[in-house]
Amino acid sequence: MTTGRALGLLVCTACRATLRAAGATPCLCPRCGARVHPRKPNSLATTASLLASAALLYIPANLLPVMHMQTFFDVEDDTILSGVLTLIQEGEWPLALLVFIASIVVPLLKILAMTWLLLSVHRGWRGSIRARSRLFRLVEYVGRWSMLDVFAISLLVSLVQISSLATVQVGVGALAFGAVVVLTMLAAQSFDERLLWDADDRG
Amino acid sequence: MPTTVAEPEAPLPEDLPRAIPDAPRSKRLPFVWILPVLVVIVTAAVVVQQKLDQGPSIDIDFQSADGIEANKTKIRYKDVDIGDVTGIHVSKDRKQVVITARIHNDAGDYLVDDTRFWVVRPRLAGGNVSGLGTLVSGVYISVDVGRSNVKRRTFEGLEVPPIVTSDLPGREFVLHADDIGSLTVGSGVYYRHIVAGQVVAYSLDPGGNSVTIKVFIDKPYDDFVTPGTRFWQASGIDMSVDSDGVKLRTESLSSILEGGIAFQSLPNAPPAAPAAPADTVFHLFMDRERALLPADTEVRSFVMYFKGSLRGLSVGAPVDLRGITIGEVKSVWVEYDPDAGDLRFPVRVDIFPQRIRGRTRRGNHPLSVDTASEMAGRVLLDSLVAHGMRAELKTGSLLTGQKYVALDFHTEVPPDHVGWNAEPPVFPTTAGALDEIQDSVGSIAKKLDRVPFEQITARLMSTMATLDESLKKADDLIGQFDGTIAPQITATLAQAQGAMQNAKDVLSQNSPLQTDLSNTLLELSRAAKSVSTLVDYLERHPESLLRGKPKDPP
Repeated sequence: MTTGRALGLLVCTACRATLRAAGATPCLCPRCGARVHPRKPNSLATTASLLASAALLYIPANLLPVMHMQTFFDVEDDTILSGVLTLIQEGEWPLALLVFIASIVVPLLKILAMTWLLLSVHRGWRGSIRARSRLFRLVEYVGRWSMLDVFAISLLVSLVQISSLATVQVGVGALAFGAVVVLTMLAAQSFDERLLWDADDRG
Repeated sequence: MPTTVAEPEAPLPEDLPRAIPDAPRSKRLPFVWILPVLVVIVTAAVVVQQKLDQGPSIDIDFQSADGIEANKTKIRYKDVDIGDVTGIHVSKDRKQVVITARIHNDAGDYLVDDTRFWVVRPRLAGGNVSGLGTLVSGVYISVDVGRSNVKRRTFEGLEVPPIVTSDLPGREFVLHADDIGSLTVGSGVYYRHIVAGQVVAYSLDPGGNSVTIKVFIDKPYDDFVTPGTRFWQASGIDMSVDSDGVKLRTESLSSILEGGIAFQSLPNAPPAAPAAPADTVFHLFMDRERALLPADTEVRSFVMYFKGSLRGLSVGAPVDLRGITIGEVKSVWVEYDPDAGDLRFPVRVDIFPQRIRGRTRRGNHPLSVDTASEMAGRVLLDSLVAHGMRAELKTGSLLTGQKYVALDFHTEVPPDHVGWNAEPPVFPTTAGALDEIQDSVGSIAKKLDRVPFEQITARLMSTMATLDESLKKADDLIGQFDGTIAPQITATLAQAQGAMQNAKDVLSQNSPLQTDLSNTLLELSRAAKSVSTLVDYLERHPESLLRGKPKDPP
């Protein structure tokens, strides 16, 4: 397959001007002065570091309480999983499933998928590039919806903070969880999809 | 990864601008790798901080978990929350409930060896109510922080709240007693009728022969507990009857209900004695009287052989010297004397020589009969016995028939001596007053026995018969008198009465005799007057006797 890079062409990511490549790799766009790269610089390293951070934060995000609820009678610390269990105990199966998938399964799958993509690029695997490419687009798309929990907690916190009878505070886990979501999104963003196909070009 | 771009191979628009080559940036360690390191550090910091905040987890064993709820029940020290119950489960041997609690980090120092935990519930004990607040708020676990330095994580919970918490000023003392009496945990300890402390705990000594009682004396009063202090049971009512009347002695109403202990120093103890250190061991006396007796460190044993029955003489009966108790009966038994072939009834008594004070130039002091002066003591006792000192049995109470040994000086006793050869020495005795009375009654009875009652009776019988006859004769005589003499007497009396009546009639004022007599006397009076006139006339005219009365001048 003929690619821009194979033809010696570059595209400025700032002003979309198509340029002829100069000999040296670091170049500037003659029109807007932005740096022009054939591929995102340090894409693999950046993605890997973001992904590692997200994977590390995934542990406290699930172990530490995301919500600290204090009522007149009771003090309760809830982790994501304990919230899911509470929902199951109360018979709210669909909601429990939703929270479980959105908050536990999806971030985990995202991390695993990104890890797999990174590995495949690093090793230069050539099989099923198309499928991997589609997986990446799915990951990128799903990313923004993973913040469901964080949205729910922030809503609760602002709503219940009304009197001394009951207060809800954001736990450390919620911060970690938000960080996981943000980091995976950033990781997806910093990953250069074209690297998947570079292996094919080198064929 | 190739970084150089290949030369163009296909036709392209010629007017494509060329990229401007830029100076390559210096190769740096990729900045992005700081992020995961940062994440690790922050996460670790957060986790460590949480763990530190959480503080240690402890296990407390209780008999039951009544009212305790996981994640709800608090652990409190001085009503301040220092932790939460995080779990409740039954121990493996199914005998106890293990309560797991997480203690706040700042209270971690409280978890030492002698820290105590108990459940605060509404309680009604010993006349006071506690823990009423928990009716509304639910139970909580209270803590009394110990003073030990040894850390501990598993505790045995108390079933009842401790009486004395470790921050209460005062001191604890140990009492030994034969039995617990009516004391319980919480019974008051009184000093001069002031509540000065409480019974904290009691336990049976190993072997089961005595009881150890722990008492806690509150701050200002614990200084009065000196090594010479005596403790005694002040439970219930102490009633005594003596020559002054009936005396009732109690500590307080609550000590009657739930028992109590009183303490006081000996009356002759030095006034400024140093306070006894904590956990000093004392003996708990059964009553005040026994407690305040001077300590009898010296004991002299004697054996006494009494004539007569020992019934009513019990072990512990006092040995009394003119009303002052100087010893007590230790044992009473029966002894076969092979020499005499006889049974004897020895009474072993203990005499406390220190209760007899010697008066010397240096003042009053206990008569010390130590080993060196033992001979002196013997000489003294010998001289006392020579002066007539004897032991005798006396009845202490006519109601109960209890007897005691009385020492006193008797003037009319045969000379005797202390039998120093025997061990213990034999003290001479004399028959008691009651025995003497018995003896005299016996001798009277013997004398009575010798009187010839039968002969006397026979004689008496014959005398009686004679008397009977005499009486019969007298009776006849009286009958005769009745039949004959009495009517005559009656007639005579009637006549006499008639005569008297006549006399009375004659002598009455209106009787003719009286009137006549009166008239006669009147006449007589007149006659006398005439005679008098005649005599007068004759005196002046004696011639008239011869001539007669001259004629009146005309």
